[in-house]
Amino acid sequence: MSRIGARFDALRVEGRTALIPFITAGDPEPAVTVPLMHAMVEAGVDLIELGVPFSDPMADGPAIQLADERALAHHVSLRQVLEMVQQFRDQDDITPVVLMGYLNPIEVMGYAAFTQAAAVAGVDGVITVDLPPEEAGEILRLFREAAIDPIFLLAPTSNRQRIETICASAGGFIYYVSIKGVTGINQPDSTEVQKRVTQIRAVTDLPVGVGFGIRDAASAARFARFADAVIVGSALVNKIAELADCPAGIPSHVTGLLREMRQAMDEK
Amino acid sequence: MTDIDYADFPDAGGHFGPYGGRFIAETLMGPVDELRQAYEHYAQDPGFVAEFDRDLRHYVGRPSPLYHAERWSRELGGAQIYLKREDLNHTGAHKVNNTIGQALLARRMGKRRVIAETGAGQHGVATATVAARFGLECVIYMGEEDIRRQAINVYRMRLLGAEVVPVLSGSRTLKDAMNEAMRDWVTTVDDTFYIIGTVAGPHPYPAMVRDFQAIIGREAREQCLAQTGRLPDALVACVGGGSNAIGLFHPFLADEQVAMYGVEAAGEGLDTGHHAAPLCAGKPGVLHGNRTYLMEDGDGQIIETHSISAGLDYPGVGPEHAWLKDIGRVQYTAVTDAGALAAFHTLTRVEGIMPALESSHALAWADKLAPTLDHDAILVVNLSGRGDKDIHTVAALEGIEV
Repeated sequence: MSRIGARFDALRVEGRTALIPFITAGDPEPAVTVPLMHAMVEAGVDLIELGVPFSDPMADGPAIQLADERALAHHVSLRQVLEMVQQFRDQDDITPVVLMGYLNPIEVMGYAAFTQAAAVAGVDGVITVDLPPEEAGEILRLFREAAIDPIFLLAPTSNRQRIETICASAGGFIYYVSIKGVTGINQPDSTEVQKRVTQIRAVTDLPVGVGFGIRDAASAARFARFADAVIVGSALVNKIAELADCPAGIPSHVTGLLREMRQAMDEK
Repeated sequence: MTDIDYADFPDAGGHFGPYGGRFIAETLMGPVDELRQAYEHYAQDPGFVAEFDRDLRHYVGRPSPLYHAERWSRELGGAQIYLKREDLNHTGAHKVNNTIGQALLARRMGKRRVIAETGAGQHGVATATVAARFGLECVIYMGEEDIRRQAINVYRMRLLGAEVVPVLSGSRTLKDAMNEAMRDWVTTVDDTFYIIGTVAGPHPYPAMVRDFQAIIGREAREQCLAQTGRLPDALVACVGGGSNAIGLFHPFLADEQVAMYGVEAAGEGLDTGHHAAPLCAGKPGVLHGNRTYLMEDGDGQIIETHSISAGLDYPGVGPEHAWLKDIGRVQYTAVTDAGALAAFHTLTRVEGIMPALESSHALAWADKLAPTLDHDAILVVNLSGRGDKDIHTVAALEGIEV
């Protein structure tokens, strides 16, 4: 079983909801990322989503666009992101790591070369925002052979048929996008989200995480009542942006928010 | 090549061979599929087709003439050059053929708001124009850099009632405007129709925009037969995203004797890296919802492009062009800023027609090609837009203040 499956099984036994932070690899500079990953684990996160910077992040709001620009100013490439994961694995062989990004860097590296390098580095899952299952045949086969979970998004606009199509291809967990829109802009309506999560659960046994629009301890706790995972991105990335000029303070600044979320979620 | 039925492309998933497709975030999959169904339905609906034809005739002013540029042809001493005069359309370019089609579709789908991306502002103006006519709310995304370079078109759009939103992300040009339009759309899908200006984006856009623009080639084919008694020997069109080129080429694809040339922007030269020629000097990749040739670096990041003409300043190209290149049906070539500028002056002086800098790339290639052909050869060049919008650019390059 993958690290992702093992982690969700353990959480289920404990009756806890996973806290998943998203950070852009190499933001605001490459040396920050691996120590920040370790600090987040210490603050109680269960799985880490590492954003692969891309020049044209069409599904992301301003916070993550700027994070990508900061990382790209240091020419952070997909290969370098894989090196960061490998470096993280030297000290942490348990916490699942998921890459999240866009297809083109993977296309350019080559599906087979990427899959092999990701497996060697210790990547557990990959979310490719602009790759729907209909276009993913070849890479899904490679991921399966390498035991990498293909993680797919579901959205408020996904109908029953799409939920079934996506769940049939997905691994690891389902990432439910709680709003129509880009990352970090609007506040989701938790009653509506809960209804959708229930619909998804009727189709799949995979854990269901909720993301896009969770910004503080209170909203994390609200979604933790019914979701298997709460994903927080732009709120953390904004914390990183505040300290882009003095990166030494970033880990404590970011983990402060994560600890509040963790606590509120565990008291739900 | 002989046994290809071009009508079979794209396939049901929007693929032209390995290109095209639908590479978009899940939130857009439902709305894009709804658009595909609506388009497939209305493309067969006689009422819709008649309304589109009527608007092209009475609002756009079609058919546009096919003009025999006799004096220029004589000076070049080779083929007879015919210009397909898309510059004479309402709003001054071919773009309006497509915006009329998509706005009609938006109305049938009950959308009350349209959005669009624009680079030079021609597609933005064509969108704002049809939005004004149909009473649709209109928002145009335009890179901050382009807003600065194209102040007059920005004012035209505002006069037409559109809101022009400056895009501050990335390189602040056309590709970033397209990213921003996608972000708007993902948030407003219920009541908003995204009018993409070229034959790129997720399926069905490349096929739909091609079909709306194919009026150019259908007319040119009929006009050439009527005026000369036969088909042309070659077609020439500039290629940014490639909508005017595919519009001219598509109705001729099965006519094997007709050669076709797509002309990209070589900017300061293909070897300088400062250009916008993904077909000539790029590699396949995925951007803006489709797989196609792109200008990208070794890490898969999209790189900044350069062209004297803002309308060609785009790092991608329509997927059908990528496929037509690979199968060898169309030859793609490139012309530099200097070459285009020279052709701009030539046509203005010799024929009294001031071409857009985009179209000037096609004219520059015709200038090279015509002398290599016989006197009775026929060359059709798509004069995709008029050059009034470029007067400030040309004057500035020549150190003249207007």
